[in-house]
Amino acid sequence: MSPPVRQGTVLWCMGDGALSGWERSSTARVMAPARPRKLAKVPFVELADGRLQGVVSSGSDIGRVYVSSVTAGAYAYACSTNNNRPCGGARGSYCNHIAALIREAVLQYGAVRVARYLKCDLGDTEPDAASLTHAMASTRPSPGDSKAAATVFSRFLRHLAYLECDPTTAPLPEMQWFPPTRAVA
Amino acid sequence: MRTDLLTEPVEGLDEALAAVDAFDAALSSGLLRPQPAQGAALLGLADAVAGTPLAARVAEAAEKAAAAGASEDHFVALAAARTALLGSVHDALGTRVEEAVGRPRAELAAPADGPREPAQEVNVLMAARSWLADLARCGWQGMDHEVVSGAAPVVSALLPEPGLRRLAALLDGFAAELAASCPGASLQRVPERRWADLWARAMLLTLPGAAGVPETTTVTGRLLPLGVDVQEHATAVQAQVHAVLEPADGSAARLVRASVSVPKPDTVVGAGLWQLLRPYMSLLEALGEGRSTELTDMPLTAEGDLLWSDAHARPGEPADPFATARVALPTATDTPTAPLDRHPTRLAVPVFVEGYATQLDEDELTLTFAGQPLHVDADRIPTASPLTPEAVAKSGACIGLLRWDAGRFTLQPLAVESTVRKKTVALHAGAWAGGTTDKVGVKGEKAATDAVKVLRERAGRLLRK
Repeated sequence: MSPPVRQGTVLWCMGDGALSGWERSSTARVMAPARPRKLAKVPFVELADGRLQGVVSSGSDIGRVYVSSVTAGAYAYACSTNNNRPCGGARGSYCNHIAALIREAVLQYGAVRVARYLKCDLGDTEPDAASLTHAMASTRPSPGDSKAAATVFSRFLRHLAYLECDPTTAPLPEMQWFPPTRAVA
Repeated sequence: MRTDLLTEPVEGLDEALAAVDAFDAALSSGLLRPQPAQGAALLGLADAVAGTPLAARVAEAAEKAAAAGASEDHFVALAAARTALLGSVHDALGTRVEEAVGRPRAELAAPADGPREPAQEVNVLMAARSWLADLARCGWQGMDHEVVSGAAPVVSALLPEPGLRRLAALLDGFAAELAASCPGASLQRVPERRWADLWARAMLLTLPGAAGVPETTTVTGRLLPLGVDVQEHATAVQAQVHAVLEPADGSAARLVRASVSVPKPDTVVGAGLWQLLRPYMSLLEALGEGRSTELTDMPLTAEGDLLWSDAHARPGEPADPFATARVALPTATDTPTAPLDRHPTRLAVPVFVEGYATQLDEDELTLTFAGQPLHVDADRIPTASPLTPEAVAKSGACIGLLRWDAGRFTLQPLAVESTVRKKTVALHAGAWAGGTTDKVGVKGEKAATDAVKVLRERAGRLLRK
């Protein structure tokens, strides 16, 4: 039985007694695929290592990227270039790179999932990129650990390396466990 | 097709699945410090395979695991027992499908000793097994980001080696789901059957040689496509074309599959999947154009998988999949399944159905044949496709894959025919596999091209510094 998939949820967080087949399904859909988005400004964004983190292309230098992150719970922020120079905008509060990161994360994963991961409870407000950014920034978060930048950047390079893998025409029977879903994140 | 047979109970099924479910619940809580109920479930699994060659090893493994003393080898034995039980479920369901569709299935010759992977790959398989054992100890309810992230170096080591792609694709998709669900302690509900399936399969694939490419013969003849099945997770995609092969030597027509897969960044989706796969299998273009393909000495496994290479294929005459389904499919021989791959999820049997009534309630789409319902798994229709659940709901004939999941048979639509203004119109899930001029399709192609272009530009500038 395929459970109904709703917008913006990791599929298991809908407790619903009517979906009893889900626990006994080999092909239960657990994650909705990323929503398509334009990658030019923010080529990489992920929810990992307890952070919303990613890579933002510099507007002025095509050889430069900014590595930006916000930690879950504390909303501590960090932003520096791939050569480890601190971002001038990220002093005292979120810079434009971090705002772009949050915006693109909401496009890719849906606002509900981003809010849940960052432990940002908006109460009755419908979460979107603006309300999330505002709610986190208004807690006056402190600058976070900029050492994470190297890890994030290497995860970005690992992500890019997926494009370099050779295809194979030998069958992968295990992919039978990964049917598509028409749901969107 | 005799759909009435698909709703009749299968003897022994409930008992086998009860033992599986109990084990899955025990695994969910973690086997670090097993409670009495978990111990009972482990011994129950051992009891269920007591009459098989696995009996002694599984009994020992269950006993050790119940006493919190399981080694990695013991976990492998438990995974083997669970796999054997689901293998028997697969066989019982397969027999039922054979009766329902009324086609013979080819027998699989007893396998020779499988090929063994070279010694240097054993280390990464051991690392994978060690991660899976850690998972079993903490359970889905006890997992955290630290345990789950242990998969990353293993996947990175597996991915570059095409011969280890099966385990790589499985672990990568599995670990991403677990990571998105961390911490386990806050999970409201757990996909127990699914995660235990993935865990057990991965465990068995860490046995050297388990995922080796089987022996092949070669075939020459005409390939008539029926449709394409797409499978994907965040970082991998596979397209499998189901087709009828008419051998040039005049021997009986048989069903075959042709697969192509590739790892991908998670931001490549929709039409991007076709774009990644298209260059490596001309069959996708033939499928989109409604053509047959002429094969010359194409390698074929005993399981009916063509190991595709464009060098052995050339475009043939136009061939309508619905004509193939009506004329060639009923007498084609079905593919057998390799012993280790026997699992209900593996069942994907091409069928042609017509003369049904359709019913669409909320998210449930059902085809009804003389009062017998058959659930449609419309969620499997790829998004970059002109076929939609709504089109299936209005259809009069359907080519699909008969599957079984969560206690019932389902139909995955590959193509439908419907009547529009007294004319028959066909819609295929894979119509855009080779490219499209459809307005919506072109927009999707453009967006996907741009996404890949940006990533390649970034990779070119940043990756090799």
